[in-house]
Amino acid sequence: MPVTTIADREIHVDDDGFLTEFDEWDEGLAATLASNIGIGELTEDHWKVITFLRSDFKENGETPTLRRVSTVGEIATKSLFQLFPKKPARKMSYVAGLQKPKGCI
Amino acid sequence: MKRLIILGAGTAGTMAANKLREQLDDDWEITIVDQDETHYYQPGYLFIPFGSYAPSDVTKTKREFIPRGVNYVSATIAKLDPEADSVTLDNGTELGYDYLVIATGTHPTPSETPGLDSPEYGKTVHDFYTFEGAVALRDALATFESGRFVINLIEMPIKCPVAPLEFAFLAEAYFTEHGKRDNVEIVYVTPLDAAFTKPVAARHLGSMFEDRNIELVPDFYLERVDAENRKLISYDEREVDYDLLVTVPVNMGATFVQEAGLGDEMNHVNVDHYTFLSTDYDNIFALGDAANLPTSKAGSVAHFAMDVFVPNFINYVQGLPMRERFDGHANCYIETGYNKAMLIDFNYTTEPLPGKYPIPGIGPFSLLKETEANHWGKLMFKWMYWNMLLRGKNIPVPSHMMMAGKERGAS
Repeated sequence: MPVTTIADREIHVDDDGFLTEFDEWDEGLAATLASNIGIGELTEDHWKVITFLRSDFKENGETPTLRRVSTVGEIATKSLFQLFPKKPARKMSYVAGLQKPKGCI
Repeated sequence: MKRLIILGAGTAGTMAANKLREQLDDDWEITIVDQDETHYYQPGYLFIPFGSYAPSDVTKTKREFIPRGVNYVSATIAKLDPEADSVTLDNGTELGYDYLVIATGTHPTPSETPGLDSPEYGKTVHDFYTFEGAVALRDALATFESGRFVINLIEMPIKCPVAPLEFAFLAEAYFTEHGKRDNVEIVYVTPLDAAFTKPVAARHLGSMFEDRNIELVPDFYLERVDAENRKLISYDEREVDYDLLVTVPVNMGATFVQEAGLGDEMNHVNVDHYTFLSTDYDNIFALGDAANLPTSKAGSVAHFAMDVFVPNFINYVQGLPMRERFDGHANCYIETGYNKAMLIDFNYTTEPLPGKYPIPGIGPFSLLKETEANHWGKLMFKWMYWNMLLRGKNIPVPSHMMMAGKERGAS
């Protein structure tokens, strides 16, 4: 796995830049990750999504889908598209320091 | 007398009934419940639209595969009460159990998507994940001469997650072989960021869409279908026009699972990923597509899982520890058209890698590579399914994934 330096720290990432180590993430890093993909400021609504993603991943070992964020996390899919434009599933997992959503191949 | 009920006589439920009847002694009463008398060979649906399988190739009666000494009950499951250890059928019958196995699968559910379940379903909108759908699509393809042919994977997870890719490749070959390819635009619309999302597979296969001139629309989350104007509309207001839509609807587990409080947001049963024991009740297991395992929903997974589940269950009911742990092993052929196919072999932690299977260095099957041998392997599998797999006979391939034969460190 490649190692990169983000916010003066060494971070393990995959080929697409997604964090591979759950514990290397913290709230300060999230701001840097967000600005890397053009999200200026993380609002309360962003944090609601990130917090849900992190706690759900910790419990289940999997990055939750948009449907899971909407039905279990009670955050409407439409609003995920406003918070993380165009590619919410990818962007929200990137900022939350989780694996990107993927198929089996 | 101990009572075991298996809900669902599909691939997983039938295998479990065969293997457990053999292993459990006569003071166990085993009952299997299913609402449908017909067993469908689901991997065969893919071939029906292109005329390479007849509908009769994929159906047999379920009872044929249920062993002597197992009660077969033909009924719809109305309710599961896990607190009372009881299953209620639609005819009002209540069945009590000591142990329960849920193997009711997952099902394409068009009604989950606004506008999809319209009068156009079966006309300009089709699927190939149901028997009726595959047959109707065969007729639609025969008369489709030109226009935009759109394949839309709506949402993961789905059963047989490689089937939409296979369908795209087979459709491309079909239109070419029927002299229509120049007049048909093939478009593949997916919520994922690429056709191949795992790094090694992406590097090996990334150009397959381009080589076949299949247009890819990634990151497309379908919000609704405008069936009247033949448009897919995403949550971020993008539109994809179609003349003929082949949809892969949202897959949902059985409603009774949700009502009993055992399911996740897709009604798949929450289970321990290594033993299939329900995370909520200590006398309920879920097998096959019905379980929310983080691996592919596929017959091969149900098959490999059985070698873990059966010895574990025998121990468990005697109060002994479950010693076997499932590794998420899946093994899937991917038809690529023109009598060729690929094969992938992976588990919870190892992504599909190139190499040979099942004999390291020899094969006869090649991983992550298109070959004719792979295609014949897929066709041969139908015989194995009906004659060996369902009846619980051992197929001589290891149930845990092996690294031998795979190219380590492949990139």
